[in-house]
Amino acid sequence: MKVFLTLIKKEFWHVLRDKRSLVILLGLPIVMMLLFGFALTNEVKNSEVLILDFSKDQASQTLIDRIDHSEYFSIAGNLSSEKEIVSSFRKGKSRLAIIFPQDFQNSISHEKKAQIRLVADASDPNTANIVINYASAIIRDYQNELNEEKKLPYTINLETKMLYNPQLKSAFNFVPGVMTLIMMLLGAMMTSVSIVREKETGTMEVLLVSPMKPILVVLSKAIPYLLLCFTDIILILLMAVFVLGMTIQGSLVLLLAESILFIITTLSLGLLISTIASTQQIAMFISLVALMLPSLIFSGFMFPIENMPIPLQVISNLIPTKWYYSIVRSVMVKGLGFEYVIKPTLILIAMTLAYLFIAIKKFKIRLA
Amino acid sequence: MTSDMSAIKIENITKTYEKGKVLALESISLDIKRGELFGLIGPDGAGKTSLFRILTTLLLADSGKATVEAFDVVKDLWDIRKISGYMPGRFSLYQDLTIEENLNFFATVFNTTVEENYHIIKEIYVQIEPFKNRRAGKLSGGMKQKLALCCALIHEPKVLFLDEPTTGVDPVSRKEFWEMLGRLKDRGITILVSTPYMDEASRCDRIALIQKGKIMDVDTLDHILEKNYQEILGVKAANRYDLVKAINQFDNLKSCFAFGGEQHVVLNDGFKSKDEFQQFLIEKGIENLEIRVVEPDIEDVFIKLMQENSND
Repeated sequence: MKVFLTLIKKEFWHVLRDKRSLVILLGLPIVMMLLFGFALTNEVKNSEVLILDFSKDQASQTLIDRIDHSEYFSIAGNLSSEKEIVSSFRKGKSRLAIIFPQDFQNSISHEKKAQIRLVADASDPNTANIVINYASAIIRDYQNELNEEKKLPYTINLETKMLYNPQLKSAFNFVPGVMTLIMMLLGAMMTSVSIVREKETGTMEVLLVSPMKPILVVLSKAIPYLLLCFTDIILILLMAVFVLGMTIQGSLVLLLAESILFIITTLSLGLLISTIASTQQIAMFISLVALMLPSLIFSGFMFPIENMPIPLQVISNLIPTKWYYSIVRSVMVKGLGFEYVIKPTLILIAMTLAYLFIAIKKFKIRLA
Repeated sequence: MTSDMSAIKIENITKTYEKGKVLALESISLDIKRGELFGLIGPDGAGKTSLFRILTTLLLADSGKATVEAFDVVKDLWDIRKISGYMPGRFSLYQDLTIEENLNFFATVFNTTVEENYHIIKEIYVQIEPFKNRRAGKLSGGMKQKLALCCALIHEPKVLFLDEPTTGVDPVSRKEFWEMLGRLKDRGITILVSTPYMDEASRCDRIALIQKGKIMDVDTLDHILEKNYQEILGVKAANRYDLVKAINQFDNLKSCFAFGGEQHVVLNDGFKSKDEFQQFLIEKGIENLEIRVVEPDIEDVFIKLMQENSND
């Protein structure tokens, strides 16, 4: 036990004295949160809109005002012909143009129907969709108000409710994603690299020629990284709540407990990598390419798993990040209790035990 | 039984790498006595490190048997790991830990404390103690070696394995290092040390000359020199290139190789044809020719044995 404590103390020295790595370890989650929170966002805010108004009457003016006052749009200018739309889109500033035909108000009041054309720059299809949806919603609202005054014989009132995330904030999606990726990156990569470093610098050679069980060396590495990863989780949650204004719906204790479980999963993966890799570069390469990429693709964070072909959906079940991501979303976003995350929790535990088993099995008590 | 006297016994050890393609050790046998300071002398790639790793239980041999203090290197690895001190060829301590931290760490790993065994390392440690708070990565080569030796000695090993401890160390530190080894030997510790420096052979009780995975000879230095005595001429001239060319044209030449500032030349009938040889070179137009009689040292012997082995 004394030996183990000494080993852990030594690992802390390694971690704390390597200032550059420490900055990365603690800075990475902050940078990722800020990036996803403010720079890499799917939300559309203050998107520039062009107006081509051939009627210039009260009805069109009311709608234009509403669009301008919504937080999604701001009017960038009035055009005088349709040709200008294309040239404005080419300059790349505006993504949406709204065209009101002549006699807009007249058509509404006399013919009881009018047309509005929305032209969107679909070179980025996702954004074009979002912008069109927002604009349609505003126009639909206006139409409903008009209908209130004159009762129509048949109407279906659509009432949509966005459960768990009424404002469609992207934070609800990316905070669990960032947590998953950071744990995967730090847990697996840092541990495997630091174990392989002992092999590479030859210190493992000296440690092996000692009466100590060498698996202790490896296990002792897990402790500082467990603490570091946990600190990162806390950092991410603090930023989610205080910087991005997110609330944690479910039990914080449950969330943290599940996070510790996942950290242990990634640490065991790191151990496993270290038994395969002979140099720090190989360890880093395996962690990045063989772990990060599938984690990114199959966690459900970037691409919905339901949309993938069946074989890929099956593969996704083997990726631990998928299960942790679903746990975090259930607990943090949906506010579900432990009984709803038992299945993914058990799967994570099973995966961890399997990784550990293989890692210890493969661990060599000699050099080759 | 003589084996009671053996600290390390190696029988027909063969080791290959890359599935038998690269031969590192070819049926090596050695018997190192308890309390002996034994030198393994050979150039880089001779197989010294492979042999060290097999003896320290780090590698498995393809075939053959080896014991350290009667413990089998395969079966009794945990016993061997308790009683051996090992210093790999490369500096293998933690560069980001200080001298003191490294020493304390290795003491704990070997289930002891620095205080308990301070008497063993005292003599060496006092030399680096003034820098005990300096990180190991910032030490000079000589200081690193002293620290590594302290770490290898801290658990009072019965057998000490030192793989090229003096490579990359300045001549003064090298001399000091060998003096320390002499004192450790006086304590009764068996020491197996390897070196590519032939001049360090004189410090050992016995030496083994190893080349391409084969042991060419094992004996005391004096015996090896005696057995392999040959009459050697040291030849020098103004233009070395012309000199070597001319020497190689001489009929009765046995061998010629560069040695420091001169060529060491062995003739088939020794000194008898020295005058004829000198006359030959002068006729070839060699200027400032100097020829002297050389007392052969271990390096000459090594080259002689190497040539004999490759002629087989």
